Amino acid sequence: MRTILFLIEKEFKQIFRNKGMLPIIFIMPLIQLIILANSATYDIKNLNIYFVDKDMSSLSLILRNKFTAVEYFKIAGFSQSQVEAEKFLDNGKADLYIEIPANFERNLYKNQLQSMPKLLIVLNAINGSQAGLGLNYANAIIGDFNSTLISNKILQSNVAIPIQTNTININYSNWYNPELNYYTFMVPGILVILVTMIATFLSGMNIVREKEIGTIDQINVTPIHKYQFLIGKLTPLWILGMFELAFGLAASLLIYDIPFVGSLFVLFTFTAIYLLACLGLGLLISSSSENQQQAMFISWFIMMIFILLGGLFTAIETMPTWVQFITFLNPVRYFIEVIRLVMLKGSGFADIKFHFIIISIFAIILNLLAVIRYKKTS
Amino acid sequence: MNRALAFVLKEFHHILRDRRSLIILFGMPLVQILLFGFAITNEIKDAKIAILDYSRDNSTRLMIDRLQASGYFYVVNYIDNKSQIEAAFRKGEIKLAVIFGNDFESRLLSSNGADIQIIADASDPNTASTLINYVSSIFNKFILEKNLKLTSPPIIKTEFRMRYNEELKGVFLFVPGLITIILMLVSAMMTSISITKEKEAGTMELMLVSPMKPWLMIFSKLIPYLLLSFLNAIIILILGKFVFHVPLLGSLSLLLMECILFIFCALSLGILISSITDSQQTALMLSLVGLMLPSILLSGFLFPIENMPLWLQYTSKVIPATWFLIIIKAIMLKGSGIEIIWKETLIIIGLTILFAIISIKKFKMRLE
Repeated sequence: MRTILFLIEKEFKQIFRNKGMLPIIFIMPLIQLIILANSATYDIKNLNIYFVDKDMSSLSLILRNKFTAVEYFKIAGFSQSQVEAEKFLDNGKADLYIEIPANFERNLYKNQLQSMPKLLIVLNAINGSQAGLGLNYANAIIGDFNSTLISNKILQSNVAIPIQTNTININYSNWYNPELNYYTFMVPGILVILVTMIATFLSGMNIVREKEIGTIDQINVTPIHKYQFLIGKLTPLWILGMFELAFGLAASLLIYDIPFVGSLFVLFTFTAIYLLACLGLGLLISSSSENQQQAMFISWFIMMIFILLGGLFTAIETMPTWVQFITFLNPVRYFIEVIRLVMLKGSGFADIKFHFIIISIFAIILNLLAVIRYKKTS
Repeated sequence: MNRALAFVLKEFHHILRDRRSLIILFGMPLVQILLFGFAITNEIKDAKIAILDYSRDNSTRLMIDRLQASGYFYVVNYIDNKSQIEAAFRKGEIKLAVIFGNDFESRLLSSNGADIQIIADASDPNTASTLINYVSSIFNKFILEKNLKLTSPPIIKTEFRMRYNEELKGVFLFVPGLITIILMLVSAMMTSISITKEKEAGTMELMLVSPMKPWLMIFSKLIPYLLLSFLNAIIILILGKFVFHVPLLGSLSLLLMECILFIFCALSLGILISSITDSQQTALMLSLVGLMLPSILLSGFLFPIENMPLWLQYTSKVIPATWFLIIIKAIMLKGSGIEIIWKETLIIIGLTILFAIISIKKFKMRLE
C-alpha cells in the first residue's frame, strides 16, 4: 500500500512539473466547450434560397413570402431564369432554389388532377444532412400552404355543408428540449469527448514516455509489482479525469443554459467506471507503442473512430445496421447516451443498469489486457 | 546537390524505419474512408418508436403498417398508457411515440377530425424534427389518398433534386475533407514533430555545425513528407473514385496542383511550429490544438460555416483548410475550373508566403 502511495505521489509530481499541463487541464475544456459547441451545429438558420418564378402571379408571391417569414431561410434573390438559379447554386450563393412553373396560379385553380402544378426544389446536396433538413423545412412550408389552399377552397365553394373529407389533426411535442436548443444536445456530448480525450491521451503518452526517456528501466529493476505500478499510474489520471468532468460541467452550466434534471451522483458514478475503461485503453496503447509519436497516432486514430461513431455528430439511427452493431463496441457511445439520459431526462440507476454493466465489462477487459501486455522486462 | 540528396535519403530512412507509424499513416485514411463512407448516411433507418393506440381500429392499424413499411421506423412496443412513454424515453428505448386518439375511425370523417399526437425525444433536436416530419408526411399522404377518392382539392405537388450528390452520400463530403485533414496531418504535424525530435535528441546541433546551408537542410527534410502526403492524397482519391463513386468532374491536373500548393502551405506551418517549440509533446499539442482542431471543426468539413456565430466565421477565414476545401469540392463535385477558384488559390499562396516568412524569421541557427 505504501509503495502505491509513493508511486502516486511521484506521478502527481511528474504531471504538475510539466508546464504544458495546466493549459491542458483548464484551457482545453473551455476551448472545446466554446468552439466545439458553437461550430458543431447543424442548427440550420440561414439557408439561402433562390426563386425561379416563371409565374409572377399574386399566388406565387404569397408562396415566396411564406419563405421570407421563417427564420430558416434567407432569400438570395429571384428571377425568371433557371440558368441564373443554377449559377447561384454553382458559386455557393444559394443553397437551394425553388422553381415555380408558368401558369402556376391558373393551373392550380383549374382544379384538375392532371394539371396540378408541380414545384421543383433543387438543393445543393454536397452536405447531405443540410440538404435533407432544408428539404424538410421547404416541404413543411409548402404543406402548410396547401392546407390553407384547401380550407380556402372550401370557403370559396360556398356550400352550406362542406365536402366531407377525412381530417387528422397532428400535433406534436418535443420532450426534454422543447425549444430545440442545439446546445442542450451538443454540450453533454462534448463533455464526454473532453473526459475521454484527457484520460486516453494522457495515459497513452504516459508509460511510453518513460520508455523513451529510459526511466522505465529504473522502475523495472525495483521490486514493485506490475499491478502496483499500474495502480500508481492510473490513480492520478483518474482523479484528474473526474476533476475534468466537474470543471467542464460547471463551466457548461454557467456558459450555456442547459438543464440538469438527473442526479449528479449517478453521473459521477458512471464516469468513475468509464474513466477506468479509458485509462485501461490508454495504458494498453502506451505499453504496445515504441515511442510517443506512435502512441499519439494510435490514440488519435482510435479517438477519431470512437467520436465519429459515438452518436455525437451523426445520430446512430442514421447509420447502416452493420455499423450500428459496431457501435456496440464503442465505449464512447454508452457514455454519450448516459450523459444525455441523466442530464436531460433524469434517468436513474434502474433505467441505465445495462449501460453500467456494459461499461464495467469494458473496464475489466481493457485493464486486464493492459496488465498482461505490460512487461517488466524489455 | 549530392549533400542535399543524402539528407533526403536520411530522412526517408527515419520514416521507413518506424514501420508502425507508417502503417498507421497509410492505414488510418483507408479505414476512415471505408468506415465513414459506409457509416455516415443521412437516411434514418429503423428508428425505434412506441405506439399508444386508444382506438385499435382499421384505420390506425393501416397507418401503423404504413409506418413500419416505410423502413424508417421500427415499432418496439405497443403500450397502453401515457406513463409508459416517459419510462421508455428514460431508458433510451425509443426515439418517438405516436398516440392515436379515441374513436379514430369515426372521427376521421367528422368536422373536428381525428387526433394524433406525436411525442419526440428532442434531446437530439435534428433527429427529432426529421422523425416528426417523416411521421406526419406518411400520415398526411395516407389521408390524402383516402380523400382523393372523395374529392379533388387543389394540391401543389413538389418534386426535388439533390444537386451534386443525388444519393446524399456522406462520403462526397468526406473524401475532400479527409484529403485536407491527411495533408495537414502528414505535412504539418509530422514535419514539426520530426524537426523537434532532432532538437530533443540533440542531432539538430550536429547538423547545424555541418557545412549544409540551414535552408537546404530544412528543404530536404520537407521532400519526404511532401511525397508521403501526396501519395496519401492520391490513395484517398482512388478509393473515393472506385469504391464510393465520388465523381471527379473537374481537371485532375488542376486538382493535383492545388494539392501540392496546399501541402506547401501545410509544410510551412509545420516549420513554423517547430521553430517556436523545443519538445515533441509541445509540438504535438500545438499542432493538434492549433492546426488539426481548426482544420476539422472550422473549415466546413463537418459543419457548415454559415451556421456558426460570426466570430467563428471570421476565424475560419484565416484557416488554409477552409479555402482548400472550397477549391477541392468545387473541382471534384462541381467541375469548376481555375476561373472560378482563382481567388481561393491566391489566398492560399498568400498564406503560404506569410507562414514561410515568419518561420524564416523565427528559425534560430544556434541552439541556446
